[in-house]
Amino acid sequence: MKKNITQVQLKNGMKVMLKEIHTAPIISSWIWYKVGSRDEVTGKTGISHWTEHMMFKGTKKFPGGLLDKAISREGGRWNASTSRDSTRYYETMPAAKIDLALRLEADRMTKSIFNAKEVASERTVIISEREGSENEPMFLLGEAVQHASFRVHPYHHEIIGDMADLRSITRDDLYNHYRYYYVPNNAALSLAGDFDTKSMLKRIRELFEPIPNGQVPPRLVRPEPERKGELQLTVEGPGETAFTQVAYPFPNATHPDYFPLQVLESLLNGASGLSYKTCRLYRALVDTGYAVDVSGWSESTIDPFIYRITMVHRPDKKPEEALAVLDAEIQKMQNELMPEAEIHRAVKQARAVFAYGSENITNQAFWMGYTSMFSDYSWYATYLNKLAKVTPQDVQRVAQKYFQPSRRVVGIYIPQGKVA
Amino acid sequence: MVTKTKSSMPNPEDVYQTTLSNGITILARSNFNSPAVNVGGYLPAGALFETDDKLGLTDFVSSMLMRGTQTRTFDAIYNELETVGASLGFDSGVHNTNFGGRALVEDLPLLLKLLSESLQTPVFPDDEMERLRTQLLTGLALRAQDTSDMADLLFEQFLYADHPYGKPSDGYIETIQGITRQDLEDFHRLHFGPRGMVVAIVGAIQPKKAVEAVEKVLGDWAVPSQKESPALPPLKPLKKTVRKHHLIPGKSQSDLVVGTLGPNRKSPDFMAASLGNSVLGQFGMMGRIGSVVREKSGLAYYAYSSLHSGIGPGSWEVAAGVNPKNLKKALGLIDAELRRFVKNGVTKEELADSQANYVGRLPLSLESNGGMVSAILNIHRYDLGMDYYQRYESLIRKVNRADVVEVARKYIDPDRLVIATAGP
Repeated sequence: MKKNITQVQLKNGMKVMLKEIHTAPIISSWIWYKVGSRDEVTGKTGISHWTEHMMFKGTKKFPGGLLDKAISREGGRWNASTSRDSTRYYETMPAAKIDLALRLEADRMTKSIFNAKEVASERTVIISEREGSENEPMFLLGEAVQHASFRVHPYHHEIIGDMADLRSITRDDLYNHYRYYYVPNNAALSLAGDFDTKSMLKRIRELFEPIPNGQVPPRLVRPEPERKGELQLTVEGPGETAFTQVAYPFPNATHPDYFPLQVLESLLNGASGLSYKTCRLYRALVDTGYAVDVSGWSESTIDPFIYRITMVHRPDKKPEEALAVLDAEIQKMQNELMPEAEIHRAVKQARAVFAYGSENITNQAFWMGYTSMFSDYSWYATYLNKLAKVTPQDVQRVAQKYFQPSRRVVGIYIPQGKVA
Repeated sequence: MVTKTKSSMPNPEDVYQTTLSNGITILARSNFNSPAVNVGGYLPAGALFETDDKLGLTDFVSSMLMRGTQTRTFDAIYNELETVGASLGFDSGVHNTNFGGRALVEDLPLLLKLLSESLQTPVFPDDEMERLRTQLLTGLALRAQDTSDMADLLFEQFLYADHPYGKPSDGYIETIQGITRQDLEDFHRLHFGPRGMVVAIVGAIQPKKAVEAVEKVLGDWAVPSQKESPALPPLKPLKKTVRKHHLIPGKSQSDLVVGTLGPNRKSPDFMAASLGNSVLGQFGMMGRIGSVVREKSGLAYYAYSSLHSGIGPGSWEVAAGVNPKNLKKALGLIDAELRRFVKNGVTKEELADSQANYVGRLPLSLESNGGMVSAILNIHRYDLGMDYYQRYESLIRKVNRADVVEVARKYIDPDRLVIATAGP
């Protein structure tokens, strides 16, 4: 992993990060805006994601439809996604063609059209996207658990938004959202690949520096108060399989407890990006016949989010039985120190996952920008070192602090029986 | 702006190929850009050997291979892998059992040892078999609720009637319930062996060293009784359009699959069909299908076409997920697009766009070790020649509009399609 990157702030406040990699004739360019579902108020949920969709509908210079073709014609790959904390757009192109992507992003930062007719047809596309998700029991359960976990903080709603808002958000709502948040001083550009930093930076200045900055929108900050007492909920729906999702509070990505919790996660649920058949919960629940599967994951967020554990239940075992086994395993983490060797294991696992990721230039540009949304690139570059410094005592302490039954939400999906 | 980079295309000079005396073919290419290595491959133990009352047996066997060997338990195997951040897995299809894994290069010997043990000495422990059976049955219960999976299943069932391609590789509840330990052992004994096996290794290792490492663990494998795969039976062509719906109550979205047979991968029709398919439902935002169903009508989040070309008869299909009340409208739009495609083919500009896309995207598809493993396995499986990527651009460029409309008409008859839908 090369750690040397060039970081520059343009005169208009836009952050630029560049990393030269000459292993393949490819460049990946990502532009990030600090706006996501956590910036949405009631009545406007889903607006960040919908805005992201509208960004593909074109500008005067790059009319909709032509955009896709222009990128695809060059053999490029492009897409976008909206998260809780950010909205990002990327193009990965043959190196000689990257200028197209840069021109496109500079243009659509301010000149997307948001035609009313296209807003209307995209409304039904997004409703269809949500309906596809609603087909999945895990989406329905996950949405209910997330909502119950956040009464105050705007992390409470799904990124796609609530159906009521998807039906009522207007063209002007979308356009105002776009103009408000899509300003250079609220954006970061991350590029990795086969370029020369000096000439690339010159080109980026030419294209992006003339864009006037705007007032940086304040983020919606409504800290979630500590939960006092476990909350249980159920979701009913079609199918024959029951699921349980348990959500514990989890700190933001720059919190000192974040790294001990990564080690804890690797022990409890397996390391991110690898199989997890020897983690404690798999051994305790699946190997012993209490559940069909169990998985868990955290997210790297700006504000504290949640750590979720999901169990897929066996037809011959009750969800409560599996939950009791889960509780016993968590208590073990709280009562006993983990062996030191487990920390070395977690570090080695992370080292391997980093090596796999380094084969992919898109992935490398992603990490630069992604970390800039909640910290900076040093967060990524020092990740393995921070993991190696974690002690068994740290892990025990965070297990006690975060994994308390009285601070969690437990959701159960209750299937309504056989289909016709 | 672009600096010098070494060629990312595989070629006869940098892909080392050899066949061991027991019949295993090894393909190896080095890539020292990251300290990791990928392994992939297959052997001809596929669902072709299954009987109808044991559908899903191959899948069951491949999922059991790592659940206990003569020297290691399920937990011990995964503990070795996960401790070093490596992975290994098996799955199966009609023709083959496939495997794939990756590790830091320092752990390649471990990865290959576990691959070898899983292939040669699995013991199919009873308790692991029952645990897996429960997992497979739960998978089937979830499949029965998945509108996309059920539309696919229905489509294949009618497109490939009375043919192995029409049968689900994960079986049915009754067949999975009926599989015994003896079935697993017998299947493994009769069909697993080195003959016809292919292993590809790409990563931070010299090709010859990679070959030695494979030979060390698999060179002595001998199964004289390994059975030859049976030939694919003939396929009955469709006489008229077949329309089937699978009811899944309570769902907010229906899925549809509309299509017909396509060329196999070795067919001279393949490249023209592939480029035609790109125009029809891939290029840009899901091609013409995406443009009509998603962009213009706002009916679906996904609507695209795909061409599946392998060893036997391929399929050429359009898929979409729509609100149940829009099912008829979406099917009408897709029907009209298919008729237009067959009648007029593609424009010069559309074809040129897709050709440019195919050539331009190549470095991206080959940048990771995993992508390179897939590419060289495909070259081998379909006899494309190790110089395939040197010839690739000319193969793409020589397809013309007449070729595309000809294959479109040869394969797609809008009055003889399978239309499969699943949902409320």
